Amino acid sequence: MYETKCDVAIIGGGPAGLSAAVAAKKEGAEKVLIIERDVKLGGILQQCIHPGFGLTYFNKELTGPEYAGAFKEEAKKLSVDALLDAMVLSVDGEEKTVTCVCSEYGVTKIHAGSIVLAMGCRERTRAQIQIPGTRPAGVYTAGAAQRLINRQNIVVGKDIVILGSGDIGMIMARRMTLEGCKVHAVVEIMDYLAGLTRNKVQCLDDFGIPLKLSHTVTRIKGNERVEGVYIAEVDENKKPIPETEEFIPCDTLLLSVGLIPENEITRGAEIEISPVTNGPTVNQYMETSKEGIFACGNVVHVNDLVDNVTVESEKAGKYAAKYAKGEMPSRNRTVPSVCGNNVRYICPQTINISGEDEKISLYFRVMAPDTGVFLTASSAGKEIYRKKELRVNPGEMCHVVINAADITGDDVTISVVK
Amino acid sequence: MEKEIICTVCPMGCHIFVEGEGDRIDRIEGFTCKRGEEYGRAEFSHPVRILTSTVKITGADQPLLPVRSEGPVPKELIPSCMEEIRNTVAKAPVGVHDVIIENICGCGVNIIASDTV
Repeated sequence: MYETKCDVAIIGGGPAGLSAAVAAKKEGAEKVLIIERDVKLGGILQQCIHPGFGLTYFNKELTGPEYAGAFKEEAKKLSVDALLDAMVLSVDGEEKTVTCVCSEYGVTKIHAGSIVLAMGCRERTRAQIQIPGTRPAGVYTAGAAQRLINRQNIVVGKDIVILGSGDIGMIMARRMTLEGCKVHAVVEIMDYLAGLTRNKVQCLDDFGIPLKLSHTVTRIKGNERVEGVYIAEVDENKKPIPETEEFIPCDTLLLSVGLIPENEITRGAEIEISPVTNGPTVNQYMETSKEGIFACGNVVHVNDLVDNVTVESEKAGKYAAKYAKGEMPSRNRTVPSVCGNNVRYICPQTINISGEDEKISLYFRVMAPDTGVFLTASSAGKEIYRKKELRVNPGEMCHVVINAADITGDDVTISVVK
Repeated sequence: MEKEIICTVCPMGCHIFVEGEGDRIDRIEGFTCKRGEEYGRAEFSHPVRILTSTVKITGADQPLLPVRSEGPVPKELIPSCMEEIRNTVAKAPVGVHDVIIENICGCGVNIIASDTV
């Protein structure tokens, strides 16, 4: 078996891994190695050829390849190493080793000073939403179809129905239409749009693509290939109303029905996983429950903006470098961040009180939309932060920054109050 | 002509009602900020979009090169722009932001590479 050594090993060469690698180098880590299963760096951004990236980080609107390109360029300049076409099989959290199999060296073991998990997420498939009917060809996840059309020059069908009104679904509706396909409908089980209004305007309305809210696909018809789908309106319990069922002839069904952080390796390393985010729990250094193993990006929680992924990944990379050099802040006591009123989850889940003067960023999602609210943080029964927010939405991440010195109690509670 | 426009400047999604003809706007309401008003006027008279797509590429280890319009193109020209993009073949090597199609459909906007290939 081939064995090699590095200071910081990063699993995944998408936006999270690239940002972490650049930050680790800048923090002074000597050998930083990205392990990537694709033959190229850039991750999912390579197929996201549409604009909308970089508005908060770069202050300009970029396409996915441009956004990834900026970090690939910087990683190259800083001599970040990359092992491509390499699939990680396991991580040993105690020994800090990564075992992978790659086309260049076969089975390879990497001994690292610290490890960053940046594997991203994958799409939910037909199996996870259980659509009845036959099992013909022509049912794709939106992301798989996007990769085929944007990177491999393969258009997966001609007559399309899309289930799910998330941004990927709507962006694919526009993309397929521009390439000459007919998108018959975007079907959404909720009574509101899952993605951004901007995408409804520019991806659906511009092309006259109907959006069917409170509807779902009830059956798929076809033997060899999809011949059509049945859709129906749903009642308030999301149950299809049989008498509203209608048939739409089509040859392709695209699914845009959510993402799941990809954490098989994390679980294998016995790292604690949050049941809410389905990603590892982390502290403010993006360090998991195993010291010296960090995580960032969509493997931790599914983000709505790549710009946020970059910011948290820079933190992971920076502290992974510090860990490898034995320069982590001292660990005095750990307090959890607690979800108060209308807060679904918070990242980081724990805060290390190092005694140093430190600003701590907490990202969180609300459970329900609201307007005219205050984002608050409190510790030991005392309010330590308050910010007015015009509107909050489960689809958009909220953010507060608190002073470590203000955390005097045994926890920090984040609440969204009127 | 009367048009209802959903503002896309920020996530608020204000519904703006515009009445007028061509460049002439007789009535505009429903916006809640200055940028929203500007968007409403422009979207009524001259709607524009950033166009992104791919062109075929030869001499590379991938079949496609992602491209985008350097600036916004008039919305009504998008189908003809796509036609021109479909008929274009780029040749590697290509650097990010290299011009792939100059002045597409005569609208004064270039189609540029979104990636280095």
